[in-house]
Amino acid sequence: MADETKGPENPSPQPGDAKSASPAEVKPTVEGVGKTAVSVAQPGAPAATPAAAKPATPAGAAAPPKPAVPPKPAGPTPQPWTSPLGNEFKKNFGTGIEAWSYLGQNYFVVDKAVVMDLLRQMRDDGFDYCVDLTAVHYPKREQQFDIIWILYSYATNERVRVKTMIKEGERLPSSTSIWATTNWLERETYDMFGIEFEGHPDLKRILLPDGWKGHPLRKEYPITLQDQEWVKINLGIESGQ
Amino acid sequence: MSERFYDDVATAEQPGEKTFLDSSELVLNMGPQHPSTHGVLRVILKLDGEKVIGSECVIGYLHRGVEKIAENRTYAQFAPYVDRMDYVAAVSNALGYCEAVEKLLNTEAPPRAQYIRVILTELNRLASHHVWLGTHALDIGALTPLFYTFRDREEILKIYEKYCGARLTTHAFRIGGCIYETYEGFEKEVRDYCDFLLPKIDEYEELLTTNRIWCERTKGVGILNGDDCKALGVTGPVLRASGVKWDLRKAKPYSGYDKFEFEIPTGKNGDTYDRYLVRIEEMRQSVKIIRQAVDGLPEGPIMAKIPKVLKPPVGEVYHSIEAPKGELGYFIVSDGSTQPYRVRVRPPSFVNLQALDKMIKGQLVADVVAVIGTLDIVLGEVDR
Repeated sequence: MADETKGPENPSPQPGDAKSASPAEVKPTVEGVGKTAVSVAQPGAPAATPAAAKPATPAGAAAPPKPAVPPKPAGPTPQPWTSPLGNEFKKNFGTGIEAWSYLGQNYFVVDKAVVMDLLRQMRDDGFDYCVDLTAVHYPKREQQFDIIWILYSYATNERVRVKTMIKEGERLPSSTSIWATTNWLERETYDMFGIEFEGHPDLKRILLPDGWKGHPLRKEYPITLQDQEWVKINLGIESGQ
Repeated sequence: MSERFYDDVATAEQPGEKTFLDSSELVLNMGPQHPSTHGVLRVILKLDGEKVIGSECVIGYLHRGVEKIAENRTYAQFAPYVDRMDYVAAVSNALGYCEAVEKLLNTEAPPRAQYIRVILTELNRLASHHVWLGTHALDIGALTPLFYTFRDREEILKIYEKYCGARLTTHAFRIGGCIYETYEGFEKEVRDYCDFLLPKIDEYEELLTTNRIWCERTKGVGILNGDDCKALGVTGPVLRASGVKWDLRKAKPYSGYDKFEFEIPTGKNGDTYDRYLVRIEEMRQSVKIIRQAVDGLPEGPIMAKIPKVLKPPVGEVYHSIEAPKGELGYFIVSDGSTQPYRVRVRPPSFVNLQALDKMIKGQLVADVVAVIGTLDIVLGEVDR
């Protein structure tokens, strides 16, 4: 489910990514990046260009030393993550859940329909500390928003992220009843992305003033944009933007 | 402050009779311009007489959109901005960010750089705790500690100035290590400072620990138990004072912290007084770490071999460190370009401030000041 909906701009794991890193040569970072990235025109150092144009021959790799500069050239890719926890969830929640590991950090990609049940289950399984809740905006994707919970278990010293995807205008149930800390975090996510959480006790803006128009961390929101009307009404000046 | 005074007044009334001593609900606006809110925090208090029955924090006055700025800068360009979040602990912010990007690049700073980072970061923890102690005591009415702590913090800032030229927002580290080698006499100065500071910490304690006014104002005030802390996501000294022995430097060691020996001080009651004791003890432990790091400072390069133009591979990482205020985390999403696709900062002050409502409910207005001080928030980080 989640896989088909991933757009071209998605930095989350694709099963195909594993292929790009398999030739464990000196250069694959450059290649690996080029394959997975959106639009990487050329590698960092200019000296790398001739080498990158050629297929990986031993001579080509030896002649320009610059592309070999990255210390760990085997481009890391998300690997499937198997754990007792993940297996149990897969049994309970079926196909709506995938488990990945990237650079030693584990995360679940979960369908929106089961994410609340999963979070509640995880809290009961000992993930008693919700470190953070945030979102990422991918305007070109059909499911525009990644919502990410970072969870931690004091008992097992384990940190796991849970990620789900929603469409523009879709709402998520609030997780304030699971962890009290998500109250402000959900308010901030609402403030910055306009994502609404159903059942939140007091969902309103937290960092920006009430009555502000727009949600600044969306990608279409320019960095210098101000709500000129708000500035005019509340400060009595032209916004100057 | 105990509730006895309030209760005496309340029971002095004739039952059922309205007098001028009768209390009624009052909404009081504290801040944003208020000396004891440590910046521009506004707290709307609902009072019944002197007693707080509800509160709401209004924040965002210092919002600068740091996370948005990050998306429009390269990885290296964004590094100085993080110093301006928690500006009394700029070095810690920088350490967290640099390590997060290094994690994304799947690299690590060389050992010498890690040791230099530990020395400077622990000095920064001392500086941050100095500011906390001075202002917290000042809020409660003890004027002297402010002068003592700022005098002693000055020496740390001098070391920073000699090391990298800046005192407050230092930008001391770069992605991949450190840019500056230690100056001549650095090790001696840091050692001397450790020797100088330990008796001074005793001096602060002499002023406060058994001071009757201090105890009256802090014992039993703003109690938060361990379970509440976990549910509210509270970290740092506030969590430890509630009896939870948890420190990221031990739980998930970074930057070579697993090589140093130190204790995690904890409290029992989770009140303002315990938080004070925990932070004081943390200062001693920081001194201990600094001494070990200076003694074991290895030779070698201070910068990892990373490309000039940083293009981390596509992916997401979360990395967090134990900042003076609690868990400071960076969640970075890379799309393979030179600019981060998204940088999320998990600010300890922001999350800890959420516990304010729970801590001051049922307390007196004067205690609100004490609790804001003990939470040790920096509004630059709350609002970002």
